[in-house]
Amino acid sequence: MSQPTTQSKTPSAESTSSPLFRGWTPVSSRLNPYLPPIFITLILLIGHLSFGILESYQKTILAIVSAMACELVLSRLLLHRWPNLASSYITGISVGILLRSPGYWPYVVCALLSITSKYVLRVNGRHLFNPSNFGICAMLFLASDAVATLSIQWGNNLVAMTVIWVLGSLIIWRARRFHICATYVASFLLLSVVRAWITGDPWLSEVSPITGPEYQLFIFFMITDPKTTVRSKIGQSLVAFLVALAEMFFRLEQSIYAPLYALFFVGPTALAFEMWINSRRSLAATPQAVVHTNPVQP
Amino acid sequence: MKQIPWARIAVSIFFIGLLATPATMRWRLAQRTLAAHTTLDRQAALARHGFYLEEVSHTAGIDFVHEAPTLDAKLNPIMPEVASMGASVSIVDFDRDGWPDIYVTNSKEGSKNHLYRNMHDGTFKDVAKELGVADVNQPGTGVSMGAVWGDYDNDGYEDLFLIKWGRPELFHNDHGHGFTRVSEQAGLPPWINANTAVWFDYDGDGLLDLFVGGYYSEDVDLWHLKNTRMMPDSFEYAKNGGRKYLFHNLGNGKFEEVSAKVGINSRRWALAASAADLRGTGHPDLFVANDYGVSELYLNDGKRFHEAGQQTGVGFAPKSGMNVAFGDILNDGHLAVYVSNISENGALIQGNNLWVPKEGTPANTISFENLARDMGVELGGWSFGAQFGDLNNDGTLDLYLTNGYVSLDRTRSYWYDFTKIAGGNSAIIGDAKDWPAMDGRSLSGYQQKHVWLNDGAGRFVDVAQAVGATDTYDGRAVALADLWNRGVLDVLVANQRGPLLLYKNTVTPANHWIEFDLRGVESNRSAIGANVELAWNDQKQIQEVSGGSGFSAQNDRRLHFGLGKDVQLKGAVIRWPSGKLQKLDSLVPDRLYTIEEPQ
Repeated sequence: MSQPTTQSKTPSAESTSSPLFRGWTPVSSRLNPYLPPIFITLILLIGHLSFGILESYQKTILAIVSAMACELVLSRLLLHRWPNLASSYITGISVGILLRSPGYWPYVVCALLSITSKYVLRVNGRHLFNPSNFGICAMLFLASDAVATLSIQWGNNLVAMTVIWVLGSLIIWRARRFHICATYVASFLLLSVVRAWITGDPWLSEVSPITGPEYQLFIFFMITDPKTTVRSKIGQSLVAFLVALAEMFFRLEQSIYAPLYALFFVGPTALAFEMWINSRRSLAATPQAVVHTNPVQP
Repeated sequence: MKQIPWARIAVSIFFIGLLATPATMRWRLAQRTLAAHTTLDRQAALARHGFYLEEVSHTAGIDFVHEAPTLDAKLNPIMPEVASMGASVSIVDFDRDGWPDIYVTNSKEGSKNHLYRNMHDGTFKDVAKELGVADVNQPGTGVSMGAVWGDYDNDGYEDLFLIKWGRPELFHNDHGHGFTRVSEQAGLPPWINANTAVWFDYDGDGLLDLFVGGYYSEDVDLWHLKNTRMMPDSFEYAKNGGRKYLFHNLGNGKFEEVSAKVGINSRRWALAASAADLRGTGHPDLFVANDYGVSELYLNDGKRFHEAGQQTGVGFAPKSGMNVAFGDILNDGHLAVYVSNISENGALIQGNNLWVPKEGTPANTISFENLARDMGVELGGWSFGAQFGDLNNDGTLDLYLTNGYVSLDRTRSYWYDFTKIAGGNSAIIGDAKDWPAMDGRSLSGYQQKHVWLNDGAGRFVDVAQAVGATDTYDGRAVALADLWNRGVLDVLVANQRGPLLLYKNTVTPANHWIEFDLRGVESNRSAIGANVELAWNDQKQIQEVSGGSGFSAQNDRRLHFGLGKDVQLKGAVIRWPSGKLQKLDSLVPDRLYTIEEPQ
């Protein structure tokens, strides 16, 4: 019998406890909370210094500062304590990399939406949405005239792409979350054959998106986020497959942001379903159990 | 008693406010662009905006429709996208009768280019065939992509360089009576897949030199492909395009290719280039807008070029550069640069760039900031050609932008498939066979054009629909000229697979103007690179004679200044390419001045 979900009393760190570094705890537990931000900063710096992936430093910094300031204020306001800002830093930097807009305000609004969603959209003490996924999808839904997402390569050569994939996979492997990425990638590739068969387009054109950086961030930072994924290993793999499946349907409808939308809908649904299952099991085991409903109280 | 969670309620309201923010921003934008969506009322346009445009090509005797090339059958699935350029327009007074003529290119194999002679009565007559510059798209020689005019031998008559995907051509103007093909004698290479070229005298020797920017690699014959790996190897970092050429004019009818020798080495995918003295050094700098990558700015020290795109800020963010136009938009004596890019709601928002020199930066450390958003000229759809010109003669430079990429089925879009492939690895994007078939779908088609009026206070307002620029063809080139010597700028727009449009301009007579027709003596005869600083009332504005600007276009060499009402002209200073300064006093408005460089 599986254990009930551990209730988190604090809004999640998008990757403070990122899968990327869980397996590294024995190596340096003191550094552990800071390794994910360091890793994503390295990706940003390498991507930008090598290929200039950022629209501007100012916009990225604006997104980071907005996210961190928002986290600071909301944590003080609702939790009455000083937060660890590593997760909001990662959210800000993800927004800075993934969002594309000539204007400045979308970076601020997206970062604020991402962080605020963690405090507002909660069920039984857990937030359902990956913060940056929520923020970016909300902007794409509501401000399609002002924003797009990163849709370019990082250097467009196979070597660079392979290095990122190998490094990311090794880290994910150590973090014991490789099965999520592997399931998603395998599902994407399998379903790309199906899509090519349905649309009649070249198979490589269906594979093409996953060779871009948007997917590298999506796979390593979004679908593996421990705070917004289900607990069981089989469940995680099943959700990864369902994300790929939902993405296929979005793609068949010619949705440009299919993976983000797929995660937006499948991720929270899976979490809610898991909570429902767990609550039923808990009730069955201990009918007098009290469900914790106000987790933001300290 | 349970405590009311005020903090949570406040945060929830804040969250809802954040979700509502995009709608608020959209509403503000809609209010700002309201004028863009009204319909033409001539009197209202004249009263409110000071001008209106009427499309008069047919009545002016112009019934030209551009035809696109048909490339190698291997490209059939994406042919509309690949064969998507070639419509161009350039203005030249080829017969020196004092009336601007029009040259327009065609791109179907065997199709004819047209040279419209100005008949002085409001009409034009195509004389390309009799003068020998019509039949230039013969199978096996490639097809036309554009044309730029410059008097390379200083005989007083503008010669023609024909930009092609194929064999580049130089035609000598035989005193307005005909043209002689001199491509081989000039030393031009046998094949360049180019979309841009510009005449300028980079070394100040009084002879016009020629820059040519390659797009596809020069070893690709688009009609006989060895394989389909000829596409850009990246959407934003491609460096597998055509090489660049700088043909140094030796003065004996021959040119020497010196690009590598003077510091121009690039294989980016050049789509537009223009030259102007951006730093006041007396040497023309070269700005190149590249598709699939960053722009390049070659600073000229008179002998060599130094690429300073990143250093000056214009070569930082990779976009899809398709236009280079210069204009003193703030009337402060400095040229801004307008580079067009792609913006499509929900798909790709690159935004166009308006590079304005930062204040207080000395010539050697010039840097630019992009003020396109602040000044309201950022979003122009799939933008192509644009030109600055004072359309209402109010004393500030306005901006005309055409756009639209592939207009086919109105109900089906290729954008999803385009983004699918554009984000992929070079091994995929670089091979045309990996691209999904277009199947008759549009890609940013049927777009509304933009006519941005400069309010003189740092904002441009789109008035296109209100003043009559209502077409939705796939626009490529824009050229401005006072076609009938009336003291107003008319607009010509070349459309891919569409008609050449001639928008005749009617301007309120309350606004005044002045024009200059410059002729070099020690400088090149075309006076390309000559710079006029005009002062009136409390205003001053600079303009420079250009050997090609915009996208596949060339404006009239004559410089047109709008002056507004109640004009007190203070004078003008001409800085000739030779370095000579010439002061002009006692100028009166509403006149065309023909000025010859003093000996």
